[in-house]
Amino acid sequence: MITLKINGLEVKTEEGQTILDVAKFYGLEIPTLCYNEGLSRYGGCRLCLVEIGEEPKTKLVSSCTYPAEEGLVVRTDTKRVIEARKMMIELMLSVAPGSKIIQDLASKFGVKQVRFKIRNEECILCGLCVRMCAEQMDGRAIGFQNRGYKRKISTPFDTRSEECRLCGGCIYVCPACQLRCQGPDADTAVCNACLTMDPTCLDFHDELQCWMYDVGRCGTCIREKTEESNNKKRTQKSKQKEKNA
Amino acid sequence: MEAEELKVKSYITKYNNEKKALISILQEVQEEYNYLPQEVLKIVSKALGIPLIDIIGVATFYRAFSLEPRGKHLITVCLGTACHVRGGPKILEEFERKLNIDAGETSKDGQFSLETVACLGCCAIGPVVVIDGDYHAQITIRKVGSILKKHFKKE
Amino acid sequence: MRKIKKIKTIKDLEQSIQSQIQARKSEKKSVLTVSAGTCGQARGSLKVIKSLEKAIKEQNLEDKVKIKVTGCHGFCEAEPNIIVQPVNIFYQKVQPKDAKDITSETIINNKVIDQLLFTDLATGKKVSNENNIPFYKKQKRIILGDNTLIDPTDMDDYLSIGGYRSLVKALSDMTQEEIIETVKQSGLRGRGGAGFPTGYKWEFARKTKSDTKYIICNADEGDPGAYMDRSLLEGNPHRVLEGMIIGAFAIGAGEGYIYARDEYPLAVEHISLAISKAEEMGLLGKNILGTDFDFEVQIVKGAGAFVCGEETALIASVEGRVGEPRQRPPFPAVKGLWGKPTNINNVETWANIPLIIEKGAEWFSRIGTNGSKGTKIFSLVGKINNTGLVEVPMGITLREIIFDIGGGIPGGKDFKAVQTGGPSGGCIPKEMLDLPVDYESLAKVGSIMGSGGMIVMDENTCMVDVAKFFLNFLRDESCGKCISCREGTQRMWEIVTDITEGKGKKGDLEFLEALAKATRDASMCGLGQTAANPVLSTIRHFKDEYEAHIKDKKCPAGVCKELIQYSIIAENCTGCLACIKPCPQDAITGELKKVHVLDQSKCIKCGACYEACNFDAIKIE
Repeated sequence: MITLKINGLEVKTEEGQTILDVAKFYGLEIPTLCYNEGLSRYGGCRLCLVEIGEEPKTKLVSSCTYPAEEGLVVRTDTKRVIEARKMMIELMLSVAPGSKIIQDLASKFGVKQVRFKIRNEECILCGLCVRMCAEQMDGRAIGFQNRGYKRKISTPFDTRSEECRLCGGCIYVCPACQLRCQGPDADTAVCNACLTMDPTCLDFHDELQCWMYDVGRCGTCIREKTEESNNKKRTQKSKQKEKNA
Repeated sequence: MEAEELKVKSYITKYNNEKKALISILQEVQEEYNYLPQEVLKIVSKALGIPLIDIIGVATFYRAFSLEPRGKHLITVCLGTACHVRGGPKILEEFERKLNIDAGETSKDGQFSLETVACLGCCAIGPVVVIDGDYHAQITIRKVGSILKKHFKKE
Repeated sequence: MRKIKKIKTIKDLEQSIQSQIQARKSEKKSVLTVSAGTCGQARGSLKVIKSLEKAIKEQNLEDKVKIKVTGCHGFCEAEPNIIVQPVNIFYQKVQPKDAKDITSETIINNKVIDQLLFTDLATGKKVSNENNIPFYKKQKRIILGDNTLIDPTDMDDYLSIGGYRSLVKALSDMTQEEIIETVKQSGLRGRGGAGFPTGYKWEFARKTKSDTKYIICNADEGDPGAYMDRSLLEGNPHRVLEGMIIGAFAIGAGEGYIYARDEYPLAVEHISLAISKAEEMGLLGKNILGTDFDFEVQIVKGAGAFVCGEETALIASVEGRVGEPRQRPPFPAVKGLWGKPTNINNVETWANIPLIIEKGAEWFSRIGTNGSKGTKIFSLVGKINNTGLVEVPMGITLREIIFDIGGGIPGGKDFKAVQTGGPSGGCIPKEMLDLPVDYESLAKVGSIMGSGGMIVMDENTCMVDVAKFFLNFLRDESCGKCISCREGTQRMWEIVTDITEGKGKKGDLEFLEALAKATRDASMCGLGQTAANPVLSTIRHFKDEYEAHIKDKKCPAGVCKELIQYSIIAENCTGCLACIKPCPQDAITGELKKVHVLDQSKCIKCGACYEACNFDAIKIE
């Protein structure tokens, strides 16, 4: 048995476990994206960062790949972790603003703006599809090509692979193309709608463009509008009162 | 293609059909053909039992390999730090103008490929340009034209 | 050809060394050592050798003199150079036409040829003895010095300077533990980048239990601007090999790999030759020198990827895969090549080993500072008078290296900064010239020792452009696995590029710093973790230059094309026509002896006129 400390809590685990495994077992939440229980560990999205070691010699590591070691001191939500994680989400959003999963992460961790030029590549190279294809589907149809900023995922020679059986496993695990964010165009690239229950239609669509047209309106816009005008009236009233006073 | 196949297989047997020799084998293929032809990669994949996609991953990861045919003559301009501060980028631009191709491209007639390299380790004599294996030291913008003429006057 | 006699025992080897040392001592001929490393050859040293051979033959001097083709002597500025031994006359910038003079004057008449001597810039005097040249005076060439003495393709020549004596000592007088203890005591730290103590690294690998262990020599010298490893492999390959054999013996490794850079054909040739010779002589193979120690070495040629300097990426590459780093731990000393314990050291580190074994840990640790022992080879390049490889004791100041050894900046220009540590390093400004050069001091100012590149920059170097240069390098060389490194370097490059093109805006610097810190914190391997250094160090030390680009839309150094303009200074222009022909755009017009005119609308700012003008009449602003 190995004993380590996560967020001040002494925990026990067996050899061969990662920090993420241990944290999950003890119910400590660490956000992940390129991690999938059924696939090998990759460590590419850098979302599951945790801070290890003791001051002043601490460093950030990806908890999904870092092994649980005897005496290790781990903290999951330090300032350094949060700042780095937010930047990772902003970077991901800037290349795949249409991903609902990434938009949700942005809302959850308070990423309110994307300061980079939007590239709409709709792929963050998390490699889930590559691992799905190779490890679960026993196919070798897609893989990483090139390196650095030119890195991409594709089939050999960018044509239909002889090995692809059209199983769809790659699409199933993809965080960018499976669930699409219905949010705003990549103007600001932050939607922030689903988690705050703010329908994006409020600012961007008129009634005719409402996508719930066929199933009946959700009515939020009407409620919001009344509330908004009520608020306005209220503030006006209070201002009036101040003036009077 | 059969003769080709035999030739490629001879490289592979030279390395005992070992998977770990993939990079060395690709280096030999690159030297022979001046690039990595698709068909050859397929042969290598079958012979070594490595999925084609992994071979492409290796072939596109390393700078030494090219999936497109390279020109008959290779001109490499060093853009290492030392060459950079001594004006390497200006030399590259002059080559681009003179050859009418961008860095990384091959001229339409297949004669020249213009490439850059991150450092040749000859920093003391920069900016350095290598033309078909010949090193040229302390290149200036003015020397570019004369070097090209000297090298290719026969053609 | 002499028949090869295998060396069977340690005693045999000792005798061979002794007889070769005697042979060198009793050498009656004068020796002309010609430097012919890659850069020497680029400067024409092979032609010089040919004409020397011809001259010797014509004048029948075969019994009086011989030519020795050596690796790089270090003083690359003076290439091709010849050292006449044993009198130690140093001839620089020798041309093929000088060959006859050298043989007839120096060899026959014992006369020194003045015009081939080095001129001391400070005193204006000619210097004949190699050791009196200021470039060499402050150096301590315990490793590089041997390059001038031996023919790297001849193993006997290496034996004649006491080569392989350390192997004799290690195999006959020392236990494996003692060797490791000696290396630990010496304080030697890795010369490839991070500076991890070598002896401790060896101990980890030795202590891991396994039937099979490997050692690797990292010769994938990827830092642009550093070439000491190339020079060592080209000029003294047996020394690297000797270090590896001793290391393998101490760690218990049976196989070694040399991962050599693809761009270094001559280095690969020489080390291959050294390996096959050592195999023939029985210094590699089974039961080396009659002991039960087996060791073999193979060369693996890299295929061009900077990230393969990282240990786990290098291992992946040796295994024939894509050079992607992986999570450490497990460290290579526990789980490395093919999953077996593996010890990786850089070329220069291996080259230090024979010295430490021969002269002892105490001798070695007397050189250098408290935390950084021994010497370090730097490649002193860029805007500097005496470019070349310099080997200095740790703790020497930057000022001594750049001004005393390097001879300062050419053309009377002002020194601006020195960049150390390659793409992972940083730029150190003028105010810090008195900084001692050791691992800790460099780290304190935001740079690193790295593999020893030292690129000197003058007032005409734009520091924002330098940051852009490194980011461009890194965004291409990143393996692309971690989003922090792949997108981080790409986005930093975009922001800095905008700044150099006059599109910078308020807040860019703060954003750049935040992004740089996230890239450093979130990346898995050393490449990403240090990728921000060039940006952070230039912002830290040269903020005003960034601000000039952002606020005033000006490039003070006159480098960033979008922010500068070429023009002709009428007072200086003599009307010589020199600038008109080189202009690719026909943007300059004028007549003889009349002030020329530059048409801004046609100018593409290529710099050809600036280069052509001899009268400082072209202005960049």
